Amino acid sequence: MISENLPILMIVLPLVAAPLCVVVGGRRFAYGLSLLVVGCVFAISIALMTEVVRSGTIRYEIGNWKPPYGIEYVVDGLSAFVMLFVSGLGAIVLVYAPRSVDAEIPHSKHYLFYASYLLCLTGLLGICITGDLFNVFVFLEISSLSSYALISLGGTRRAPLAALQYLIMGTIGATFILIGIGLLYQMTGTLNMADIAQRLPEGFQTRTVLVAFAFLTIGLCIKMAVFPLHTWLPGAYTYAPSVVTCFIAATATKVSIYAFVRVIFGIISPQFAFVELPLARSLMLLAIVGIFAGSLAAIYQQNVKRLLAFSSIAQVGYMLMGISMANEAGLSAGLVHMFNHAIIKGGLFMVVGCFALRIGSVEIKDWQGAGRTMPWTSFAWAIGGLGLIGVPMTAGFISKWMLLTSALQTGRWPVGVLLLISSLLAVVYIWRVVETLYFSEPSETVKQAKEAPLGMLIPTYVLIGLSLLFGVWTAYSVGLAQQAATVLLGASS
Amino acid sequence: MDLETALGLYNYWVVIFLMMTGFYMVIARRNLIKSVIGLNIFQTSVFLLYITMGKIHGGTAPIVPPDVVKSHSVHHAVTEGGSSTYGPVEHEASGYVLPGPLVAEHLQTDHAPRAIETLVGDEASPRQEILLEGARLAGELDGIVYSNPLPSVLMLTAIVVGIATTALALSLIVRIRVDYGTIDEDKILEMDRLP
Repeated sequence: MISENLPILMIVLPLVAAPLCVVVGGRRFAYGLSLLVVGCVFAISIALMTEVVRSGTIRYEIGNWKPPYGIEYVVDGLSAFVMLFVSGLGAIVLVYAPRSVDAEIPHSKHYLFYASYLLCLTGLLGICITGDLFNVFVFLEISSLSSYALISLGGTRRAPLAALQYLIMGTIGATFILIGIGLLYQMTGTLNMADIAQRLPEGFQTRTVLVAFAFLTIGLCIKMAVFPLHTWLPGAYTYAPSVVTCFIAATATKVSIYAFVRVIFGIISPQFAFVELPLARSLMLLAIVGIFAGSLAAIYQQNVKRLLAFSSIAQVGYMLMGISMANEAGLSAGLVHMFNHAIIKGGLFMVVGCFALRIGSVEIKDWQGAGRTMPWTSFAWAIGGLGLIGVPMTAGFISKWMLLTSALQTGRWPVGVLLLISSLLAVVYIWRVVETLYFSEPSETVKQAKEAPLGMLIPTYVLIGLSLLFGVWTAYSVGLAQQAATVLLGASS
Repeated sequence: MDLETALGLYNYWVVIFLMMTGFYMVIARRNLIKSVIGLNIFQTSVFLLYITMGKIHGGTAPIVPPDVVKSHSVHHAVTEGGSSTYGPVEHEASGYVLPGPLVAEHLQTDHAPRAIETLVGDEASPRQEILLEGARLAGELDGIVYSNPLPSVLMLTAIVVGIATTALALSLIVRIRVDYGTIDEDKILEMDRLP
């Protein structure tokens, strides 16, 4: 009974728990309930993943209404993979959260924080699991609205402003997506993704489909923070509370990339997107410009959160680059990078949260000499940084290596060269922080700073450890991504 | 495109006009409240786009007229009886007459049962019977054109999303006003530039 209904439980559990947090109130209850629910959701996503590996795609009809009339949830290799790491990171960040939330958010607002956190997770998982295009819009708005609220909880007066700027950009993006969905519905008369894919070939030549695809692409690019539509991201990541930045940086843009992959490979075929339209070339261009612009901007930042935010814009470029290669190797490289980057960036933002708790600042100059008083936290930064650069034996290396081989295989050697140069830029901005931590005299504040509490260090080291683990043992990360890529390309050819 | 087609698409012209007005207001923002209003106009244009695509010329709201619902049990008995299907079927409640042959023809085409099979599966269930009955009624109403209700229903959801977005944006603006004492974006950015 329960095992049949796992797909819907995945969404309903956090969705019901969120208002429960608000109705009952009380920060201890809210935290306990959230932890329990997110733990369950993570367990469900593992169960779904094993089920998908064993017996293939799971289709769940909500209320037993047959698709395309009813809404259908589809768990295939790709969505199970994304849900697995989104819910896993959601759980780890929540374990890490209490101390940091205590310090950064007023006690009276804790239950609201946990409620918004659960809603945001619901939305992100919903985007992955649903097989209905309009449902994607609804879940996208659930996750976006709750993340605007989460960002505005930041302590400074800049937080509400950053949240409002994100809200305006995000709503324009979501409305573009809504227009795209509407135009596709106009052409096909259905909202079920598989059904649209089946009926669409008849209308490929029409301008309506072209415009629909353009709206969907631009809308999702805003959500993915693809350069030059990234303007909302640095402010949102910088001024949000540390925990929120951890969670959103690790999951939100990845889920939008998932949605984009789904649109290209699941609805509009790659044949249409890459052969009949010059999407591959334009995406590749945006990706490379984004990588360089993001990395260069990161080098000049004084605020570590802002530095990592610009680095995220660059990393989105790597993922987009993988997708734009439009072959199996490139696509799986992009997907693996999504997974690896979620772990690495989540870990690095956790390190920033530890420093913010103990030193009370995220400016680089205030971290001088913290390597002596907070050795474990500083060491975590160094290891995580190596992963971000893509040094061998770390997860970051695996995905960049896959991107590189895929670029060389298809004869795009200039892309390969640019890829290597861009990694050197990452060395520069990671090194700036490492240098400040280890090779300068500690200030008075830093001298009095204690090591971060174990409750925060352990989750941080779990993620940092995973980034090393997936650098040597790739059976799950690469294996599952390749399987997902094969299914995607197989379904569309 | 001749003039008649261009004028016939006037709803779409309104959509594009509203969309661009809203979009321009968001981009050329000075005042935060005004950009939220622009965002609202932008979203509203999409509601109109969806509702326009669902409307069929001369179509009516997709509601089964109450007369037919009332007389449905009587009619049920007649069609089950078989022999009288070719005569005009008189409705007890309303007294208006449906063309009998048309009803019969509709029941013979197998479109309706097949559609229902896809809906609820092929096993005979009470639900299937109810749906089959619904299809029979729809057949009786041949000649009536319905608008597509789905886009309007989708827009109910989108309107709710739009309200939530506006409410959240306005509450953020209230907090910005408290912290900065202004809602003029240029002034706010200017204040943050100063140390």
